[in-house]
Amino acid sequence: MATLTLSQLDKSYGAFHAVKAIDLDVSDGEFVALVGPSGCGKSTTLRMIAGLEEISSGDIRIGTRVVNDLPPRDRNISMVFQSYALYPHMTVAENMGFTLKIAGRDKAEIDRAVTEAARVLEIEPLLDRRPAQLSGGQRQRVAMGRAIVRDPDVFLFDEPLSNLDAKLRGQMRTEIKQLHARLGATIVYVTHDQVEAMTLADRIVIMKDGRIEQVGTPDEVFNHPASLFVAGFIGSPPMNMAPATVQGGRLVLGDGAALPVPPDITVPEGARVTLGLRPDDLYPEGHGIHSEDGHAVESRELAVDISEPLGNETLLFVPFGGSTWTARMLNPRAVRRGETLRFHFDLSRAHLFDADTGQSLRT
Amino acid sequence: MDNIAGSKPTLTWAVHISVVALVLLWLFPTIGLFVSSFRTADQISSSGWWKALFPTEQNMTLRTAAPETQVQEGDLWVIEGNLFEEENSDATIATWGTSSRDLSAYQPGDTAEDDGMRLTVEADGAYRLTSGTEMEGRRGERVFVVAETPPDFTLANYRQVLLSGDSTDSMSKAFFNTLTVTIPATIIPIVIAAFAAYALAWMDFPGRALLIAFVVGLLVVPLQLALIPLLKLHLGIGIGKGYLGTWLAHTGFGLPLAIYLLRNYMVGLPRDIIENARVDGATDFQIFTKIILPLSFPALASFAIFQFLWTWNDLLVAKVFLIDATGQTTVMTNQIVELLGTRGGNWEILATAAFVSIAMPLLVFFAMQKYLVRGLLAGSVK
Repeated sequence: MATLTLSQLDKSYGAFHAVKAIDLDVSDGEFVALVGPSGCGKSTTLRMIAGLEEISSGDIRIGTRVVNDLPPRDRNISMVFQSYALYPHMTVAENMGFTLKIAGRDKAEIDRAVTEAARVLEIEPLLDRRPAQLSGGQRQRVAMGRAIVRDPDVFLFDEPLSNLDAKLRGQMRTEIKQLHARLGATIVYVTHDQVEAMTLADRIVIMKDGRIEQVGTPDEVFNHPASLFVAGFIGSPPMNMAPATVQGGRLVLGDGAALPVPPDITVPEGARVTLGLRPDDLYPEGHGIHSEDGHAVESRELAVDISEPLGNETLLFVPFGGSTWTARMLNPRAVRRGETLRFHFDLSRAHLFDADTGQSLRT
Repeated sequence: MDNIAGSKPTLTWAVHISVVALVLLWLFPTIGLFVSSFRTADQISSSGWWKALFPTEQNMTLRTAAPETQVQEGDLWVIEGNLFEEENSDATIATWGTSSRDLSAYQPGDTAEDDGMRLTVEADGAYRLTSGTEMEGRRGERVFVVAETPPDFTLANYRQVLLSGDSTDSMSKAFFNTLTVTIPATIIPIVIAAFAAYALAWMDFPGRALLIAFVVGLLVVPLQLALIPLLKLHLGIGIGKGYLGTWLAHTGFGLPLAIYLLRNYMVGLPRDIIENARVDGATDFQIFTKIILPLSFPALASFAIFQFLWTWNDLLVAKVFLIDATGQTTVMTNQIVELLGTRGGNWEILATAAFVSIAMPLLVFFAMQKYLVRGLLAGSVK
């Protein structure tokens, strides 16, 4: 195991600047997830770490070694591909042992390593099969087994669960987490699914347009998003965003409705901002997570436009202040369309972002 | 759902009938050749090959044994024997008569009675002729029969063509000469093309796209254009006429298509698999030998079949680069051409020679055809 350091890492394809001078420190045994929308540069970053893409400038260090110009085989990394990339003409055991065989290890040692990895992943009965005879989840396991066998410094995962169905994805997510706990491996995990990133990672790196928007623990990126983009990307359903202007110490929304400025945020008079409030923090009276004590709660009587019952909760879509807000109703009851309820806005948990730069105004 | 691609066309039956008709049309000459190669010269000249498959009905005039062989049993004079004795035929008698005007007078097993003589003829030609008085004359009684002869095939042609060692008819030498030309002329271009195709598909180097375009461009060069200059070159550098020159020529003429086909196949292999092998620590050469080659087997096999077939059937290149005045290096196509001159009327020999030369390509095709259709990639990626 080893640390991984990216400093001023940069990648251009001709005129297209894919990754823009990113810095990242991954400590030994840490699980870091790179998330972002398609084209944000997360996969390119991963492929540069793997050595599959040349870097335009900057440094990649694994441990204390600079690996910029080393071919993939000399970097001591393992990579799990989105498509699994199993060798179709080899059995599972041969697939897993391939890397050791290439390295010239003797047969007994290869067998031992393969058996051990198969035991960890519970795929021992599959060792003699070929990839074509495996289910999607089994192929996924074999792909991970192949990575483990190598005992690499850094594991790289490139959207490994995106080809699985929802149920299997949840199951494999848990297994990857257990695997990380057991191996204590340094892992860089690319995904576009923020739920995967939140559940798996020690730290999340949110990327956009080739830049890092925020690096932080799941708790930090959820509760203290550094920018409008992070706030919108993390959390499901997404955070409510409403443009507002500060007038007379209050936030005046699009249609003139006003809310107080959240406590412990100071904004100059006349500033144009975006108010962000998670659906969890907007709820009908008696159906919220938080008690009202100690929170700056503002209440409004609002008519419900659409309700989406999910069983354990109901999402309510409520027009207010020129936009439609999503509210989360816990312990739900049936809500008619157009029914007026008393909604609590928990402003102590609200965020304000600069309307021009998108940066958080919470310090 | 009815109008999407993959639904059954309404004219399915028309398609099926056309397919069957085309297949039969293509197969008929080969089948004719095959059947003819098992027939004697007489059979070929007397009836078409399609009749050889069915029993032939033949009118025959046969005789019983001469009266001098008669034996007295009580008060009867008896001659017994088989009508086909001399012919040694395995024909069966359908009907028979004692007069040439009525061949269907009696069925096998019937007894004809005439002038106190009784004749019984069985289907296999066994007969019994009895008479109350001693029979006279030198010759036996005539019996007119309609006989069915079963299909009759012979391996004599193959013996003549393959084993006789007859210098004009023998194909065996030409057969091995052709193998000597064909096997290296198939293997060499495939090996070279596989390496080239991997480089052109998966290795980054400047000018790659131009090189591919150049190779594809070579596809349009007709080989006739290169025959004389190449032969001059071979003679100039001392290779001369011989197997080496032929292999080189076949290799050169086969390479553009081989590289083009293999490169297109290899470039379609999943990038992830190759990158994964790279991360797993494989060098380019190891990726080529351990990943690309096994996965490209269907493409390699299909090109091998093509190359084998057209070097096997080649006459032009062999004539130019191989065959000299000694005739020691003749190939089968050339041997057949010569047979047309020396044995132009002997269809049985020509048909056999042709079939000997077809046999190997057929064998190769049927042995390898599963690789033409099998997808080896199933299951590697989702």
